[in-house]
Amino acid sequence: MKALGAAKRGAWLIPALAGVTLAVSLASLAHGTAAIPPGTIASILVHQAGLPPVFGAFAAHEEAIIMSIRLPRLLLGLAIGSTLAMAGACLQGLFRNPLADPGLIGVAGGGGIGAVAAFVLGGAVIGTLPVLEAWILPLFAATGSIVTTFLVYQLAKVRGVVSVPHLLLTGIAVNAIATALIGSLIFLATDDQLRRFAFWTLGSLQRAGWRECLPLLAVAAVALAWLPRYGRALDALLLGESEAYHLGIDLDRVKRALVLLCATAVGAGVAVAGIIGFIGLVAPHLIRLIAGPGHRVLLPAAALLGAALLVGADLVARTALAPAEIPIGILTALVGGPFFLYLLHRDKQRLVP
Amino acid sequence: MSLRSDSISVIRGGRAILDGISVELEPARLTAVMGPNGAGKSSLRKILSGEWPPDKGTVYLDNTPLHSLPPAVLARRRAVLPQEPRLGFPFSIEEVVRIGRYPWRGLATPEEDDTAVANALRAVGLAAPPDALYTRLSGGEKQRLHLARILAQLDRPAAAESLPCFLFLDEPTNNLDLAGRQTCLRLARRLADNGTAVFAILHDPNDAARYADNVWLLKDGRLFASGPAASVLTAPRLSDLFGVSIATAPANGTATVFFAREAPDPPETGTQWSDSGRL
Repeated sequence: MKALGAAKRGAWLIPALAGVTLAVSLASLAHGTAAIPPGTIASILVHQAGLPPVFGAFAAHEEAIIMSIRLPRLLLGLAIGSTLAMAGACLQGLFRNPLADPGLIGVAGGGGIGAVAAFVLGGAVIGTLPVLEAWILPLFAATGSIVTTFLVYQLAKVRGVVSVPHLLLTGIAVNAIATALIGSLIFLATDDQLRRFAFWTLGSLQRAGWRECLPLLAVAAVALAWLPRYGRALDALLLGESEAYHLGIDLDRVKRALVLLCATAVGAGVAVAGIIGFIGLVAPHLIRLIAGPGHRVLLPAAALLGAALLVGADLVARTALAPAEIPIGILTALVGGPFFLYLLHRDKQRLVP
Repeated sequence: MSLRSDSISVIRGGRAILDGISVELEPARLTAVMGPNGAGKSSLRKILSGEWPPDKGTVYLDNTPLHSLPPAVLARRRAVLPQEPRLGFPFSIEEVVRIGRYPWRGLATPEEDDTAVANALRAVGLAAPPDALYTRLSGGEKQRLHLARILAQLDRPAAAESLPCFLFLDEPTNNLDLAGRQTCLRLARRLADNGTAVFAILHDPNDAARYADNVWLLKDGRLFASGPAASVLTAPRLSDLFGVSIATAPANGTATVFFAREAPDPPETGTQWSDSGRL
């Protein structure tokens, strides 16, 4: 029998995407208010590893720009872009709905409640515990994301079993409540708090420093390493829940693991960078168009594409109108929105031949 | 080596949809399950395949309670062809069959997986090429493809202990044309001849008479009759079960065919809904 489609398609796709991600990453390190040539970047990175600067000399300010500004920002972009895309692909498989998104299980809505609470009520908390000042926003946003997802998951249980349609509907209801809560907190906010919250909802990697970066990298690494283990189970889940059960999948365990890993990884990203839409929708879709729906290729390929897309968007966001910075959510929505419309249009044509 | 239910009942909405059923599925036997719509055939399939736990009673697989077995262990012993398989994603034919190999990951060699997939596709006689997309297939082709996926699941690798398998077919001939129907039932028969215990929900008593060893008749959640096909399938019993007049006629020398007799028109009552003046 001839060698198979998806495996063959994936064979060149993943190295190609890895190359693209690497190229975008290098461009992101090189470009900005001060251009730093690739040779100098290589020298700086080699120097950091304790080796002599074989690729030529570099100035101290160049090292400072790369090491304390661009590198943490790049790593943050890679981690958030890849987890958003991989979580999107996993949840689309779990919900058997190509339009599903981490927002559906309450990650974004819950993160929004946490963030607006941090802006509006954070002052009072910092007054009593000044140590928390730098941590208040990520702490509140991550807690909001994870608590809300947990709530959605628990509320979706019918006779002790989470049914996927119920999970979807519960997510919609809980998101509506979250929007109302965000609205009531906004009602209490001052103009300045409101402005900061509005920018947070548009997303940005601007706040990136090593302090924000390291915990997020750890969470993202766990999710990126663990989620692909469910690739074949997700393929089987596309047939339906009872079919997946008949094929030997422990549905409760798989659902719990997927929701928990996706919520934690996406929630951690939301906490640091705010709400960045459409990466989780667009990246998996582009991969499905090229390599088909099989998750063993889809999950790693979508993660690479998501990373490249977000790092590329961030490069545009900080260089297009420099020194001003465009919120990255605006860029991803500008590309993602029309793409979403295209998908709907294509599905409409498929439904009405 | 059997799958046995010990007076199982299933209660839904306060009503027993299965009521005290004790049956046994034996290896190397094809058991046809028949009954009117709503008799509990699919519910019995869900209980015996482990999908639903019974509300009363127990199902035993080789004397172990079925519902205590992990799904992964169960999937290496039984496969299910559901009534209406749905899949909205454009997998290739070959990828769909390969999903059936999920229970054997880590146990089967890649060569065994490839062989199982190729054999399964050949057995169901699907004409489309292996890279054709699932979403473009007709209903009957999809049904054949899912049958191939189930065959791939039951193909035990050399590393696995040789144990009889259980195959559940829920109205497998739906959507199939005459040739597809024959392919499907012959496959089921061949699997039974090779040692698999086959449970098949069928509607046509002629299919049951021709291919099944045993027949279970269900009515209102109870076992109405069970036993060897030849003794269970009689025209008076089927007439009683389905509430239509069924007759037999000799065909092809030794075989017999069942057919529903034309029922007389119901008597005129004079107050039919179409005469009520509203239409």
